[in-house]
Amino acid sequence: MNSKPPKIRMRGVCKAFGPKVVLDGIDLDVADGESVVIIGGSGTGKSVLLKCILGIIQPDSGLIEIDGVDVSELSSAERDELMGKFGMLFQGGALFDSLPVWENVAFGLIQARGMDRDAARTIALNKLAAVGLGPEVGALVPAELSGGMQKRVALARAIATEPEIIFFDEPTTGLDPIMGDVINDLIVKCVRELGATTLSITHDLASARKIAHRIAMLHGGKIIWQGSVAEIDQTDNPYVDQFIHGRAEGPIQMQVSR
Amino acid sequence: MTVSSREDGVIIRVLAGVGRIFLNFLATVGKLSMFTGRALMHCVTPPFYFRLVLRQMVDIGYYSLPVVGMTAIFTGMVLALQSYSGFSRFSAEGAVATVVVLSMTRELGPVLAGLMVAGRIGASMAAEIGTMRVTDQVDALTTLSTNPFKYLVAPRLIAGLTMMPLLVLVADIIGVFGGFLIGVNKLGFNPANYLTQTFEFLEVKDVVSGLTKAAAFGFVISLMGCYHGYNSRGGAQGVGTATINAVVSSLILILIFNYIITEMFFAR
Ligand SMILES: Nc1ncnc2c1ncn2[C@@H]1O[C@H](COP(=O)(O)OP(=O)(O)OP(=O)(O)O)[C@@H](O)[C@H]1O
Ligand SMILES: [Mg+2]
Repeated sequence: MNSKPPKIRMRGVCKAFGPKVVLDGIDLDVADGESVVIIGGSGTGKSVLLKCILGIIQPDSGLIEIDGVDVSELSSAERDELMGKFGMLFQGGALFDSLPVWENVAFGLIQARGMDRDAARTIALNKLAAVGLGPEVGALVPAELSGGMQKRVALARAIATEPEIIFFDEPTTGLDPIMGDVINDLIVKCVRELGATTLSITHDLASARKIAHRIAMLHGGKIIWQGSVAEIDQTDNPYVDQFIHGRAEGPIQMQVSR
Repeated sequence: MTVSSREDGVIIRVLAGVGRIFLNFLATVGKLSMFTGRALMHCVTPPFYFRLVLRQMVDIGYYSLPVVGMTAIFTGMVLALQSYSGFSRFSAEGAVATVVVLSMTRELGPVLAGLMVAGRIGASMAAEIGTMRVTDQVDALTTLSTNPFKYLVAPRLIAGLTMMPLLVLVADIIGVFGGFLIGVNKLGFNPANYLTQTFEFLEVKDVVSGLTKAAAFGFVISLMGCYHGYNSRGGAQGVGTATINAVVSSLILILIFNYIITEMFFAR
């Protein structure tokens, strides 16, 4: 083990919306250059977890450190600066619908890095090519794209500035299996070649097995299990077992009437 | 005993309701003040997004011209007709030009332009920012190291504050021209006399007070549009509510500020 602090460190993070407790004491460490995948049922608070780390949602209590720095003590200017380390793929894409596709991808380069528009455009078109979209797509606006194409543009935007820490919220949802695997490879490449630290959310276990160094399961507002990809098939944790085999019967109760 | 305790219960419930409304009101005022303070701070600290300011200026100033111009010309024409028929009852037809110009510059130019722009611009700002909010685009700005206040709010406030006075100046001129058209073509005024009378009693203060109102209204319209859009919640319905709230609150604030600024300039 090295003595560097973990890239991301969460201790006892809680968040409730009104009476509804979503996160109930999250403890999670992500080491530098590590790829962690979070799995968990729909509505268990995975997206909320990422937004808490980004400071988009203010946690009610608990500690969140990035590179050993407590983010709750940062001024707003320091926080803006910290954001330069992050890339985020939102679950819904969150593309700017007033800007053409290439400008969406180049946004971080132009606005945050102050790159001139032509250079940023070249990089943006390269990133689009990496997610399997041709240069003609660059001139369209997001509303003209299919759902899967929007997701890939959003992914290209998240990685365009080659950030140190990248969050992927369901990167392969809505993609065909082949394109899904291309995206998996791209995420692996980000980690391996750029040394990025990634935290991904997915329901797709094939994808999780491919991109993860470590898998963590979120249930009932807590991380109830974490382990390597190899361990997930051997675990006797009934929650994990039910989840990865997709069984309706088990300790995880879905709120549905039958 | 039981009757009085039941009455007590009713009174307490009513008082609790009143208290809750009052506390909500205070909370909203506090939230809005914080929002305004933050927005103003981001208006004056770099980086500045000149392209965005320019785009908003064109949107507010240029594209509002037709509707504001139409409003102004018909208002000027009606003013001339009404004051002529009214003042002729005590043989004061000569005051028509003065009445038109004073009413336009002091009151009707800024207020009517404000109401029109509130409907057009306030609604579009709230809907646009509201949609960005509920589709995570506002948060996406943050993750791309771009402060949403600087990128979305500040350009709109600056554009509203600067373009409304220009728009109202144009509206004043068009309104006076409308009065002139009616005065000369229908009421039989001599063109030269009408113009002389227009400027005879007009003071700098009349125009300046109107333009001050315009700047305040422009600020209020942009602020309400941004505030309600920025705080919208919950999908298409939330955006709809935000749009209504932005328009209604800016209309009410325009009328309130109109009184306050009039009082500041003309009360003795
Ligand atoms: N802004 C918000 N206001 C109120 N409740 C919220 C808000 N955001 C999320 N929630 C609630 O928090 C819970 C967790 O939401 P979240 O989006 O994190 O789920 P998730 O684990 O990402 O689910 P999925 O896999 O379906 O994306 C949900 O029950 C949701 O209703
Ligand atoms: Mg989610």
